[in-house]
Amino acid sequence: MSEVRAEMVANVWKVVAAEGDTVADGDTLVILESMKMEIPVLAEGSGTLTKLAVAEGDVVQEGDLIAVIG
Amino acid sequence: MLGSVLVANRGEIARRVIATARKLGVRSVAVYSEADAGLPFVREADEAVLIGPAQPAASYLNGSAILAAAERTGARAIHPGYGFLAENPAFAASVLEAGLTWIGPSPDSMEQMGDKINARNLMEEAGVPVSAGTREPVADVTAALAAAEQIGYPVMIKAAAGGGGIGMSAAAGPAELAAGFETARSRAERFFSSPAILLERYVERARHVEVQILGLVDGRVLALGERDCSVQRRHQKVAEETPSPGISPEVRAGMLAAGVQAGQAVKYLGAGTVEFLVDVATGDFMFLEMNTRLQVEHPVTELVTGIDLVEQQFRIAAGEDVSFPAQELTRSGHALELRIYAEDSKRFLPSPGTITVWDEPAGPGVRVDAGYAAGNTVTPFYDPLLAKLCVHGADRAEALDRARAAVAAFSIGGLKTNLEFHGELLASAEFSSGDYDTGLVGRLRA
Repeated sequence: MSEVRAEMVANVWKVVAAEGDTVADGDTLVILESMKMEIPVLAEGSGTLTKLAVAEGDVVQEGDLIAVIG
Repeated sequence: MLGSVLVANRGEIARRVIATARKLGVRSVAVYSEADAGLPFVREADEAVLIGPAQPAASYLNGSAILAAAERTGARAIHPGYGFLAENPAFAASVLEAGLTWIGPSPDSMEQMGDKINARNLMEEAGVPVSAGTREPVADVTAALAAAEQIGYPVMIKAAAGGGGIGMSAAAGPAELAAGFETARSRAERFFSSPAILLERYVERARHVEVQILGLVDGRVLALGERDCSVQRRHQKVAEETPSPGISPEVRAGMLAAGVQAGQAVKYLGAGTVEFLVDVATGDFMFLEMNTRLQVEHPVTELVTGIDLVEQQFRIAAGEDVSFPAQELTRSGHALELRIYAEDSKRFLPSPGTITVWDEPAGPGVRVDAGYAAGNTVTPFYDPLLAKLCVHGADRAEALDRARAAVAAFSIGGLKTNLEFHGELLASAEFSSGDYDTGLVGRLRA
């Protein structure tokens, strides 16, 4: 199981994946936006996306949980 | 002179405009979002008005809130800074309709230059060199592939209404073009509300050199010199210098003349910048775009000319002559600007946060235009520019030495900055030699 966390304060611009999806290492899960830059958040490892903790429009803080891959 | 000015911007540029207003005895009004209440520019203005929440659309892009603030405070002129509404002809027109002075060119000039395709076509007609490219918006992938065959690979994909490098990418062949086209289109729609895309011939080794122009009240257009902006990451400038160490006196003369021609073609009034791409292999220069506003990197021109560009903007908007004799313009020494961003020095990823330490360098030839101070919070809502560290020296070697010392003496704590990157840049043999191109940052990070 691996947890994907935010690297910085950002707004959640787009949620690309959905809970239950099968994802591969390096797949884009969500796209954050901070300081006029889009930052894709990638799957770290392959598996099933068991939890997606953010929704479009949310603000995440550094270290906040974004997703869990089981 | 103008009696009062409202600065429709934030951070370092708002502070910069307010400083000149104070110098000239012009009453200044700041507008700010909820996220920016604690920033220096809000405190330094004679008056400050809260115009909305942090999201730019609700505050710095909210034209009606800005006009309402002008009415409430009795401000008679609007300075847009750069970014936000600075190149929005509809906003400029609404300022004029409200009976206020717009510190910038006419909405017509802005409109003509705002669309990159239109601007290219216009410049070609005016005799300014342009690169091979599309003369009309590229409708879809099929049209893009056909156009690229004509232009020849590699091609550059750009948003016609774009800026800041957003959505831009180079394509070496059809597969890359198809992918890049879709990305450019979605970003163009999202960031610039226009899906229009253009293609241009991509130059392998290129420098970005731009010309500062000033359109005077009597119709003359002056070229105040060039700025080399080839140090870029993600197609965005990180450091600039003047004079450009990479062009010959002949190319410089040709480029300054082309800048004047470009300004005359659109009857340009006030401060503007004509950007050119220089092909390092051939020395040819080509028109890229015109920015119809004050440029971020205007301080380097100020340092070598001794001219306050914001003051000239105020004078021209007030219908007055400029403060210097136009025929006797001289440039002396060498100037550099380093953009200090809230981003890490390795991957250049944004790093918002609260500033715990802010200790600026000082000394001969050092100028810092900062938007923040210790205790301020840098939020994710706006661009990452914290400050512009500018230096002036008798020659390039002295300017580089002063820059190295100033970077080492600049101390910012609480968030990540690219100060370390600037240290590396100034230590690199390629940058120091002056013989570099827009691929420099990529090579430093390879």
